[in-house]
Amino acid sequence: MQHFEEQDYDKKFDIGTWKKILQFCAKYKRDFVWLFISSAVLGVLAAIIPFMTGYAIDNFVYYRTVEGIGGFIALFVVVMIVQSLTVLGFIYMAGRIETYVAADVREAGFHQLQRLSFSYFDNTPTGWIMARLTSDTFSIGHIISFGIVDIVWGIFVLISYYTFMFIIDARLAFLMLLIMPVLIIVSVFFQRRILKAHRESRKINSKITAAYNEGITGAKTTKTLMRERRNFDEFSDLTGGMRRASVRAATISGMYFPVILAITAIGVAVVLGEGGMGVIAGVLTLGVFFAFMRYTNDMFEPISQIAQVWAEMQGAQASIERTITLLEVVPDIEDRPDVIEKYGDFENPKPENWKKIHGRISFKDVTFKYKTGEQVLERFNLEVRQGEKIALVGETGSGKSTIVNLICRFYEPVEGQILIDGMDYREHPQIWLQSNLGYVLQSPHLFSGSIRDNIRYGNLEATEEQIIEAAKTVDAWNFIQNMEEGMDTDVGEGGNRLSTGEKQLISFARAIIKDPAIFVLDEATSSIDTETEQKIQNAILKILEGRTSFIVAHRLSTIRHCDRILVIDQGRIIEEGNHKQLLAKKGHYFNLYTNQFKKEEQSRLLS
Amino acid sequence: MTRGHFWMFVVAMFFAVGSAVGNFSLPLIVRITIDNVIDTQPLGNNFMVMWLVDLLGGIDGWRENIWLAAAAHLIIAVFLSLCIFGRQRLIALFGENTAKRMKDSLYDHIQKLPYNYHVHAKTGDLIQRCTSDVEMVRRFLQQQSVEIARAVFFTSIALAIMLTINVTLTLVTIAFLPIIFIFSYVFFKSVRRVFKQADEKEGELTTVLQESLTGIRVVRAFGRARFEVDKFTEKNTEFKDLQFKQMKYLSWYWSASDMLCFGQITLTFIVGVFLTYNGTLLTGELVLFSMYAAMMVWPIRQLGRVLSDLGRTQVALGRIYEVLDEAVETDTEGAAPHDLRGDIAFKNVDFDYGDRNIFKNISFEIKKGETIAILGATGSGKSTLMHILLRLYDYKSGSITINGKELRNISKDHLRRVVGMVLQEPFLYSKTIMGNLQMAKDDVREAEIFAATKTASAHGFIEEFEEGYDTLVGERGVTLSGGQKQRVAIARTLIKNSELLIFDDSLSAVDTETDAQIRAALSERSTDVTTFIISQRITTLMDADRIFVIEGGAVSDIGTHEELTARDGLYKRIWEIQSMLEQDFMKEN
Repeated sequence: MQHFEEQDYDKKFDIGTWKKILQFCAKYKRDFVWLFISSAVLGVLAAIIPFMTGYAIDNFVYYRTVEGIGGFIALFVVVMIVQSLTVLGFIYMAGRIETYVAADVREAGFHQLQRLSFSYFDNTPTGWIMARLTSDTFSIGHIISFGIVDIVWGIFVLISYYTFMFIIDARLAFLMLLIMPVLIIVSVFFQRRILKAHRESRKINSKITAAYNEGITGAKTTKTLMRERRNFDEFSDLTGGMRRASVRAATISGMYFPVILAITAIGVAVVLGEGGMGVIAGVLTLGVFFAFMRYTNDMFEPISQIAQVWAEMQGAQASIERTITLLEVVPDIEDRPDVIEKYGDFENPKPENWKKIHGRISFKDVTFKYKTGEQVLERFNLEVRQGEKIALVGETGSGKSTIVNLICRFYEPVEGQILIDGMDYREHPQIWLQSNLGYVLQSPHLFSGSIRDNIRYGNLEATEEQIIEAAKTVDAWNFIQNMEEGMDTDVGEGGNRLSTGEKQLISFARAIIKDPAIFVLDEATSSIDTETEQKIQNAILKILEGRTSFIVAHRLSTIRHCDRILVIDQGRIIEEGNHKQLLAKKGHYFNLYTNQFKKEEQSRLLS
Repeated sequence: MTRGHFWMFVVAMFFAVGSAVGNFSLPLIVRITIDNVIDTQPLGNNFMVMWLVDLLGGIDGWRENIWLAAAAHLIIAVFLSLCIFGRQRLIALFGENTAKRMKDSLYDHIQKLPYNYHVHAKTGDLIQRCTSDVEMVRRFLQQQSVEIARAVFFTSIALAIMLTINVTLTLVTIAFLPIIFIFSYVFFKSVRRVFKQADEKEGELTTVLQESLTGIRVVRAFGRARFEVDKFTEKNTEFKDLQFKQMKYLSWYWSASDMLCFGQITLTFIVGVFLTYNGTLLTGELVLFSMYAAMMVWPIRQLGRVLSDLGRTQVALGRIYEVLDEAVETDTEGAAPHDLRGDIAFKNVDFDYGDRNIFKNISFEIKKGETIAILGATGSGKSTLMHILLRLYDYKSGSITINGKELRNISKDHLRRVVGMVLQEPFLYSKTIMGNLQMAKDDVREAEIFAATKTASAHGFIEEFEEGYDTLVGERGVTLSGGQKQRVAIARTLIKNSELLIFDDSLSAVDTETDAQIRAALSERSTDVTTFIISQRITTLMDADRIFVIEGGAVSDIGTHEELTARDGLYKRIWEIQSMLEQDFMKEN
């Protein structure tokens, strides 16, 4: 897990990384051109305005005349309008590039997530993935839009300033050129440290948030342990660290501007002295002297902007690297090109070419191990008839879930084959099998939206009647009707507003409405209370009728009615038979069953 | 909140005034240089920088050597730099100290809120108050307050100076200022809706992303990748459009307000040019005015934005004080420590949660050193009974005595220190396992810890971790199973060497064998400690000295396992499941 937390900001500039983001920019070539032009124009304007002021001083003020001032005013107004329009244009363009490129990267990332295999999600924390598609895309969008603006603008300002300065007084301009490297060095020095210091304080800040979370959720335990004092001391240390880091950050960034100001002031003083003497001597006019002073005074601004972008670029480069990493992962399970050609994939399915699934499933010498290395199945063989109901029982980690995952093609065998209706399932796209799968999980996962939306997830074309029918079949109709908004009730994020039992029923309805050939119940009924379970028990049996089904369940009532029960231990079938046969054996199943029975009955009496 | 640090604010304000002085002095030097040094106009008005002119050789000295003017400019710039730095540093100290104090008080206060508050607490909302609301207040204190003060101060001084030079041009120079301010203020007030919409849409987008990640199994099993992509794309596009809309508004704002600001600067300059033509204004004064105009417009624009945010700061402050105004847990007056090693007696105890009656008239007695097991349905109040013993809740009427002293008069601090209680869902802190165990007692010896973990059957699995006792628990480390968590929590409680032990269904996630092991080790370890064990599992209860059955807000039965299985009741019914099993098999076969 360690490498997911590492944030490398001190890497060298790497042009290769930046090139990779170009593919996302190509679409907006024209916007980039306009952005470039408007930033450049703005940079030049920044130099023209002081020059015009100087011109006015020399031509009107000096000679105490207003002759021709009308034209001058008109020009000034034009410049102002151009300036405003350019500002409008560059923010518009930069805003467009920023938001659109970020959105494109997010979309590409999400697409990729839908292609990636389970093995990827097993090994990658959700939070890590989320950060790639949220904060990283923002940082990428920002740097390639406003970052570019700042750099282009800054460069053009500097060029124009110096051009005018050299035109006005080459010797003085040359002197001012000496200040520039000092400003650059100081700016780069500070900007980098400012960013680092802020990052440091943000890091502590997220620790404080975590500490609040812990303090609040753990408050009850804290009381029983009398830990209040100690917890507070620890927290206070944390806020102390935060204060130190923030004051440090504020001190460094508070130092930057004054230092720049003082350096600039030296330049201005030189201009004031040298230029003033020039004016007195008559080699320099007052107006250009004034313009020159303005240039010197404002020189630090473009430099400081460029330095800031430069510092930000390191972070942005890390963002690009991480996002590209995500985009370039090759999925473990991919449909073969010829398979896609014939049957399509999830993007463009061609269901008209699909074979109907009957549901005969065979494992042929299947060997499987997870990426972490643990061997789960070795030369596993299983033959399931069409329409057979199979129960898988065994301890956690016995391999029963793996068998189900392989059937769903969430993973593929490392060696051996899984056949559906006599054909290796890799001869078809994943979407083919998954369109024919009814799947209910132990911890039901719903999506935010209405109850209707959630049931319809199983069959997007389902009519209202079919949805209600499905809800009735799993006995969910009653509680749905009792809700204020019925089918339109918002289930909340992840279905949080419903009880686990209710969520389970909805997830049942969702699977049933799909009318699948193969059904998988992964400990599906464990969180429904006994009474409700009794009710849907018959419905389940009815629904499973004629479909090949795999039931991984702790609840005995479900298992009891299966055609065949497989007791799995360490990836092997150690007992096999129906309920009666296995009980008579008084072996593993017998023990599992009796323990389970005791537990269920006790909790029934106490609920 | 700001007590004790307020001097920092005051000093920061002095620096702010200093920097404003520096700000308006620099153009004055330029003006003097132009009008009185380069040009030789008489130095008439008595400006604030005159002392500096006099100090550096007087105006005649400056005329002889213009470098003196340059030096004056540099001195003021350095003074300004120092003031800015001093202001930033002190206001940061002030802001961060206040923020720290606020965060600390919130944390402290929340911990001291009564147990019942935490049962109902909305974690997300509380955290938001403690973090983003505090941040908003801090930002106001640290940045905006100084910004406002500086803008107001600078503008008024500059106005005063300008008025002494030329009234007409002064009026022209401030002509657009109110418009700029109002424009800014109104703009940011009215676009807040769009900003908020974008924020909300971002939240929706994140939810779609999060749900499709956590529900990836469902997505795949239903072959809904395409559907998810469409859903995401839709939200993504909506968010993009809103975000872009926000940028479009901003582009209009910046360009329009730039136009206003530049308009003001240009107007001042042009009118100034005409005034110099009239002879009512000197060149240097014209330069001074245009520099002041440029220095005023930007802060005024910023001020409009800052003030439009003021209302939100107030709301944030209100939300913080709402938490701080919640009443904290208090103790009975005169409550004192007491030796708990003795008999416990409940006499006619009533308890309700206000809206829900839990107990009516409960009475029983427990001898010192007894092990009492409690059986009851979910919601029967058996946990509440234990919470009352720790005074997490106070009983309303009746009497409870421990070792002869009324429970109400035993101080809470003492009670919680000497009673060991393992909650139903124990909380482990995100520290190492060792760190969690050490929390129980100060200066605990390693041997004590190992003894406790061995008793709790936790030593074995802890040692199996790669990093053993130094394994980090929680999100950033190893996720412990429910049973492992319970065992660590039990060990943690055992380290306390309590005078009274309570296990509130804290063996529920442990398998039957380990459960038996733990109980055997426990009875060996603490023979004379009164112990309560709550469980729904008969095997966990049956070895206790006495078993209490709780039903319908009352103790419905008390007895040993033998006694209770001999008479009809809940206990017997549950016990009988064992024998029912046999019959069940007969039927099946």
